[in-house]
Amino acid sequence: MDTNGAEPVRRRPLRAALLLAAAAVVTVGVVAIVNDLARPRIEANERAQRVAQLAEVLGGTRYDNDLLQDVVTVRDAERLGTDEPLPVYRARQAGQAVAAILTVVAPDGYAGSIRLLVGIDADGHLLGVRVVAHRETPGLGDAIDERKSDWIDAFKGRSLGDPALERWRVKKDGGDFDQFTGATVTPRAVVRAILNALLYFEANSATLLAASGS
Amino acid sequence: MPARDIFRNGLDAQNPALVQLLGLCPLLAVSTSAGSALGLGLATLAVLVASNLIASVLGRWLLPEIRLAVFVLTIAGAVTAVELSMAAWWPGLHDSLGIFLPLIVTNCLVLARAEAFASRQPVGAALLDAVAMGLGFLLVLLALGSARELLGRGSLGADLGLLLGGDVAGSGVRIFGAGHGFLLALLPPGAFVLLGLMLAARNWRRQEKHSATRDAAPAVAGRAAT
Repeated sequence: MDTNGAEPVRRRPLRAALLLAAAAVVTVGVVAIVNDLARPRIEANERAQRVAQLAEVLGGTRYDNDLLQDVVTVRDAERLGTDEPLPVYRARQAGQAVAAILTVVAPDGYAGSIRLLVGIDADGHLLGVRVVAHRETPGLGDAIDERKSDWIDAFKGRSLGDPALERWRVKKDGGDFDQFTGATVTPRAVVRAILNALLYFEANSATLLAASGS
Repeated sequence: MPARDIFRNGLDAQNPALVQLLGLCPLLAVSTSAGSALGLGLATLAVLVASNLIASVLGRWLLPEIRLAVFVLTIAGAVTAVELSMAAWWPGLHDSLGIFLPLIVTNCLVLARAEAFASRQPVGAALLDAVAMGLGFLLVLLALGSARELLGRGSLGADLGLLLGGDVAGSGVRIFGAGHGFLLALLPPGAFVLLGLMLAARNWRRQEKHSATRDAAPAVAGRAAT
């Protein structure tokens, strides 16, 4: 195999090091070029995806502002399910706030926390809810994902008075919302998180919908 | 090695998943549906072609001491390039494969083919081997994914739409209602059980063939003697 038998022994490590360095430089160069070509498209994709996701939670509500630019950051461990600061996006039509999109966390899912986007109009009605991240059991708890079932659409149009506060539970707990066969923990956690989001919105709607920069 | 043997090795005799048992981690983890199985299979195939090509070109004049290091480096580069391109041009598929796309780097199948085969072979044979091995891996992945999706969710190819980045709901065939699936098939233990059954079926078929030829041999010899 090795045709360089005559090569002085001391120069061999040097040659190996140079070859390895050359391979590293070429590989990094190729990756850098691909990255340069792909990066703008990846950013555009991510942006389009986030805007589409937010628009979906607004359920067809008309707005004319850039949702990703009109953000306030809030923090409420009790109502929003986590200590970390969470973004609230505001939708406006002709400068008037028409809806807010809360990011909330259901901390008590079956397999860790579930992250939700909750769209609420200025009167406190739910416009739409979407699960954005979860690790629930495939085939059981993952029916909260709108790609797997339409369960999450049951919240559309609901508000704090509809149903009454003590009926904001899954049916098994004496409430109004379906659980899934074989999975109660997941829907229970989601229902509670949405109720908490509504309660948080009711208590803070003035600041949440205020003009940007406040 | 003739092209026919290279192909038969990849698809059957040396099938990476069923005989060499390489790359089982992504195989078991991603095969929850036909759509994601096909996606990972195609991505692995693309990386295999790139890494076998590089290994075949570089293999003969790299010093043995650094050959492995250079292969690992270039495979990591190829996987990163595939991942970035997929995120840019097939974002739906990129999201559905998640962490298993970058983890192709750790699929020992890729390094094994580069080191054991491609580095000692001409470019043509190395490319053919990459396609054969990649197809062999893809077919097992697809079979496992289809079986698990069918048993667990009662559908077939329901998220093939992810491959096209389109609407997911429309594609695929629904055999029975989602609520009546055999849940075990979707969970990790079910993946092991189904893969075990596939291995058993393959070994059984091979044994049948072996004993058939063994039984046939003496009869032929006997007739020749008479």
